[in-house]
Amino acid sequence: MKRILTVLILMLIGFSSAIAQENENAKEATGLRADGKIYVVILVVVTILLGLFLYVIRLDRKISKLEKNEKM
Amino acid sequence: MRRYWWKILSVILLVYAFVAGFLVKLPHQVAYEESNMYETMRNFFFHVPMWFSQMALLTVSIVYSIRYLRKPGIKNDLIALEFARAATVLGCLGLITGAIWANYTWGSPWSNDPKQIGAAIALLIYFAYFVLRNSVVDMDKRGRIAAVYNIFAYFMYIPLIMILPRMVESLHPGGKGVEGNPALSGGSLDPAMRAIFWPAVLGWTLLGTWIATLWIRTGLLIEKKHEERLFK
Repeated sequence: MKRILTVLILMLIGFSSAIAQENENAKEATGLRADGKIYVVILVVVTILLGLFLYVIRLDRKISKLEKNEKM
Repeated sequence: MRRYWWKILSVILLVYAFVAGFLVKLPHQVAYEESNMYETMRNFFFHVPMWFSQMALLTVSIVYSIRYLRKPGIKNDLIALEFARAATVLGCLGLITGAIWANYTWGSPWSNDPKQIGAAIALLIYFAYFVLRNSVVDMDKRGRIAAVYNIFAYFMYIPLIMILPRMVESLHPGGKGVEGNPALSGGSLDPAMRAIFWPAVLGWTLLGTWIATLWIRTGLLIEKKHEERLFK
């Protein structure tokens, strides 16, 4: 649970810094706003993918724990 | 200790495919001049691996069904079942993503393309596998009937998606019958696209295997609990 929270907080920081860049230079597209903002889509898709993996990893750990209990 | 390097590999490959799939430069000729795909050609990295990994997982499933018939045991039956289940999930996603893609390139989500129909029938055949299993109460009978059906299903599935679409005209690119498998292939793909596509296929296959093994381990735990209750 703690780990998920840390990841979420880190992501929030990342997003807020991306939003902060918006006001700095409206004309020149740099960083996440370059190339038609395609990098934003990548960020979203990879976030979803990592969330999915986090879920599967937690499930895996839980089942491993159950298997360990079963052996004892 | 369980070996888990392939799980990490699956994460790395899929993250790579999802990033590179958006950034790679598409072959302009194919995407913009010879077809109306434009940027949707990138779906090739996401939609097509569904079918490739489905095929890989179903092949694992049939192998374990054959092993079950040679040496009956709960484990072989469970592996065949869960791999078929993971493959069916990927197949459903493949059908849905295909319909979305088709809506914007062929003008309609469902245009009775031979490949669409073949894939849909193949999915229905596998749905019947799960229904058939659950309709048999006796454990040994269930395993044997399911294994035999699974073998038949596989040999229906392969012609439906590999052979029939090659014999008729298809809306899929290159689908003129004689040109081979109707899909993006051959000259329309440059090496950069292949270098994203194949890692994506492997990544999805590994993720499907991972999820299937989670179900198998859960099934074995449940089975153990049942046995304990019976013999106490």
